[in-house]
Amino acid sequence: MNKTYNNKAWFFVLPVLLLVAFSAAIPLMTVVNYSVQDTFGNNEFFWAGTDWFDEILHSDRFWDALGRNLFFSFIILAIEIPLGIFIALNMPKKGIGVPVCLVLMALPLLIPWNVVGTIWQVFGRVDIGLLGRTLASLGIDYNYVRDPLDAWITVIVMDVWHWTSLVVLLCYAGLVSIPDAYYQAAKIDGASRWAVFRYIQLPKMKRVLLIAVLLRFMDSFMIYTEPFVVTGGGPGNSTTFLSIDLVKMAVGQFDLGPAAAMSIVYFLIILLLSWVFYTVMTSSDAEEGGRDHG
Amino acid sequence: MLELRNVAKMVAGEYHIHPTNLAFERGSLNVLLGPTLSGKTSLMRLMAGLDQPTAGSVHFDGSDVTGVPVQKRNVAMVYQQFINYPLLTVYENIASPMRIAGQEKSVIDREVRKAAELLRLTPYLDRTPLHLSGGQQQRTALARALVKNASLVLMDEPLANLDYKLREELREELPKIFAQSGAIFVYATTEPSEALLLGGNTATLSEGRVTQFGPTTQVYRQPSDLTTAKTFADPPLNFMEVEKAGASFQHHGHVLPVPAHLLNVDDGPITIAFHPHHLGLAEQTTAAARLQARTQISEITGSESFVHLDFGGLKWVMLAPGIHDLEPDSSVDVFLDTRHLMAFGRDGRAIAAAA
Amino acid sequence: MASITLDQIRHAYNPNPVSDADYALREVDHEWVDGGAYALLGPSGCGKTTLLNIISGLLHPSHGRILFDGKDVTGLSTQARNIAQVFQFPVIYDTMTVYDNLAFPLRNRKVPEAEVDRRVREMLDIIDLADWSKRKARGLTADQKQKISLGRGLVRNDVNAILFDEPLTVIDPHMKWVLRSQLKRLHKKFGFTMVYVTHDQTEALTFADKVVVMFEGQIVQIGTPAELFEKPRHTFVGYFIGSPGMNIMPVRLEGSAVLLGQERLDLVAAASVNPADRLELGIRPEFIRLGQSGLPVTVTRVEDIGRRKIVRAELQGQPIAAVVNEDTEIPTDAHVSFDPAGLNLYANSWRVEERA
Repeated sequence: MNKTYNNKAWFFVLPVLLLVAFSAAIPLMTVVNYSVQDTFGNNEFFWAGTDWFDEILHSDRFWDALGRNLFFSFIILAIEIPLGIFIALNMPKKGIGVPVCLVLMALPLLIPWNVVGTIWQVFGRVDIGLLGRTLASLGIDYNYVRDPLDAWITVIVMDVWHWTSLVVLLCYAGLVSIPDAYYQAAKIDGASRWAVFRYIQLPKMKRVLLIAVLLRFMDSFMIYTEPFVVTGGGPGNSTTFLSIDLVKMAVGQFDLGPAAAMSIVYFLIILLLSWVFYTVMTSSDAEEGGRDHG
Repeated sequence: MLELRNVAKMVAGEYHIHPTNLAFERGSLNVLLGPTLSGKTSLMRLMAGLDQPTAGSVHFDGSDVTGVPVQKRNVAMVYQQFINYPLLTVYENIASPMRIAGQEKSVIDREVRKAAELLRLTPYLDRTPLHLSGGQQQRTALARALVKNASLVLMDEPLANLDYKLREELREELPKIFAQSGAIFVYATTEPSEALLLGGNTATLSEGRVTQFGPTTQVYRQPSDLTTAKTFADPPLNFMEVEKAGASFQHHGHVLPVPAHLLNVDDGPITIAFHPHHLGLAEQTTAAARLQARTQISEITGSESFVHLDFGGLKWVMLAPGIHDLEPDSSVDVFLDTRHLMAFGRDGRAIAAAA
Repeated sequence: MASITLDQIRHAYNPNPVSDADYALREVDHEWVDGGAYALLGPSGCGKTTLLNIISGLLHPSHGRILFDGKDVTGLSTQARNIAQVFQFPVIYDTMTVYDNLAFPLRNRKVPEAEVDRRVREMLDIIDLADWSKRKARGLTADQKQKISLGRGLVRNDVNAILFDEPLTVIDPHMKWVLRSQLKRLHKKFGFTMVYVTHDQTEALTFADKVVVMFEGQIVQIGTPAELFEKPRHTFVGYFIGSPGMNIMPVRLEGSAVLLGQERLDLVAAASVNPADRLELGIRPEFIRLGQSGLPVTVTRVEDIGRRKIVRAELQGQPIAAVVNEDTEIPTDAHVSFDPAGLNLYANSWRVEERA
């Protein structure tokens, strides 16, 4: 691949670097600062060393929330990725159906998180919500305020509704880039529907799928707004994810030190898991080799 | 004049372009000939200033322009893909570089019409590229490169995506257009026949190295080494390892007379090479040597026949005039016109130029 | 393998064709014999790809039927037609090995694995990729990939025809020679019916027994390479085949002869001409002799193209091209003479056939 070398190019990256510095790097440093000190506000700080980290890593509360997060992300990926692929495969490739489908798919993505939460919160209420009432009238005992399982189902369905279209759109982009000749060749070779998917569509979607999995993992692992709006972390602690716990700790209890330590651990976990995902998925790519010179 | 002085390009510790010296005169047409990935595009990007060389320098009319970015170099490029502004008319497409340069309306109009006339685009000036054929789209791109009045025009396989017949027509037109403009033209192609049709000068490339540079027919007839000879041959060149002893070449019991232009070569092992059309079924000159080969496959073009031969394990191609659908795997007498034999030493260097 | 019958096929992409211009394919009515190698040759937009897609089953013709060995397959899908196809850009299954690529069509058809292995190994030898069998297909060069595409078709022994859609487009010139002669050899050996679409005359002529020249949705001539070269039925064939193409010059009729400017040429064909027709004389550059005697010409340019020289000249105000051997000296006071065997007379662009 040919590249142009021109030092001026750095100049164009500068605004972004500044933005990132103010929006991410500096706050992160502040958090690091808080995590090793004890404070009650008033700008009085006492050195705490790794105490907060010890406390966090030895608390059941943290590990329970982490477990819930991992389980939640797992469920989300297990539903949204196959469902997204399935919908993308069945979307029309040409004609008037294409823009219609694309707009329909994009709609949930345009709705802000808290609105999605509010919509579902109302939608699922047993007294006035369409869904809640319908289920109740069908004799199904559904109540996300009381029953942890119902709360989980609500949060998951909500996330699937909100974010599956992202996976769909990414996969669809990968699919439309496959030339017709491939499908024609597969027909001639007598390939089954499954073989076409396995040997033509899946390999071509691999790169976008990697991005989809990464985005959906990171995002679902950091889930906050929707469960906060709908369940507020309850019933009990059943939908208290790390992020919700973090806010409770920092804002509710004003334990800034432990909260800071927790957010750093949280951050490192996301970083680590993202890296693992990325390496696993790209290494299988590399081993298949093939040097593409331009 | 464009000069490359010891220009080299390394990417990840590998030479993409080995140290290269080249000089192109003003008003000249220069062909870069070589197979895919031989470095044609990389070399052009270095000439244009799209890439900076790892070593060496690029000079334009004597002044060093090595670090000067492409925007400041007055360079025009035409690519294999037909690149035009899809929403602008042909007229506006051609006019675009002059509009950017802020030229006067009347000047723009005159130049656009002149270029359109030259490239036979006048009837299509009001259309947009989507309503043009591939040939017309590429002619629009060529016209835009022309009106830019660039001092260096780089063309990277501009005709590769066009129909054969259209290619033939444009190939005929291009050298005339080049001659009129006075810029330096560089034209990359994979096809030897295209280089020959264009004429001018040719630099042959192989694996990132310029193997020879000179007038096109001279490079074709007097390649300086085996690699150049192979690169510049379509259909492929035929080879034979021989032992020269006095006035004869010996090859596994076969004896060939040494032609006059190779008599002074030292005795010893050499490689001789010849083009398929120097092999024939009839004895056309007195300098022909009779050889017996086995036929494999005949390909007939309607007026000529390409006969694939096996000569004692060597794979040869003969291009004979007329229609000869020879029975495969039969014995046939062929005549080699030795006047055009090329000879190469063990190291691959040409020993004596073929006449 | 099978014969292919094209029974009055017409095709329009527009659902309500009115005039001839609406048809991408105007009327094709031919029978192609079993085991023949046919090339569809023509400029882009001439309908050759449309015809190929109709044969492969990708397109359903607006009118007419297509038959394989006398059996109507017009309504059958691509799969059911049992054809193989090699595309312009190599279509390979990236994630599979070379071996698995070749085995793919057989495994899809539930051929026993022992038989798959035997046939794949045989095919690997035929296409010279035995050493690469365990390699992932995506790392291969373009010509190797095209060989795999071809191999995937040949490995099945039930194919009716093999279709080629400009298969050498992305191949370097040197490899084109190798692939082309290999294909020719395979055809000689196995004798399958082949249809090859191209705009490149060299490919078409060297590949095919019969070349089908298409122009504006019509077949203008089907003939052997020699017929197309010597007796082009239409001036388009004369122009399209050969490089440079045939010289076409307007002439006037005078009794049993034609007048080219001031020069009088006797032609047998002139006897069969309707005087109202637009007449043209066609002669290929290869049939023009350059010398000291004959019709005087002004040489405008000589192009040295290696093995030959193209001489561009003016004859009676008409541009004319002649081709001479690389060793030929161009005389200063040049004259041309025409080889009578190469003279063709055209009335309204169609060749005037001599009356027997």
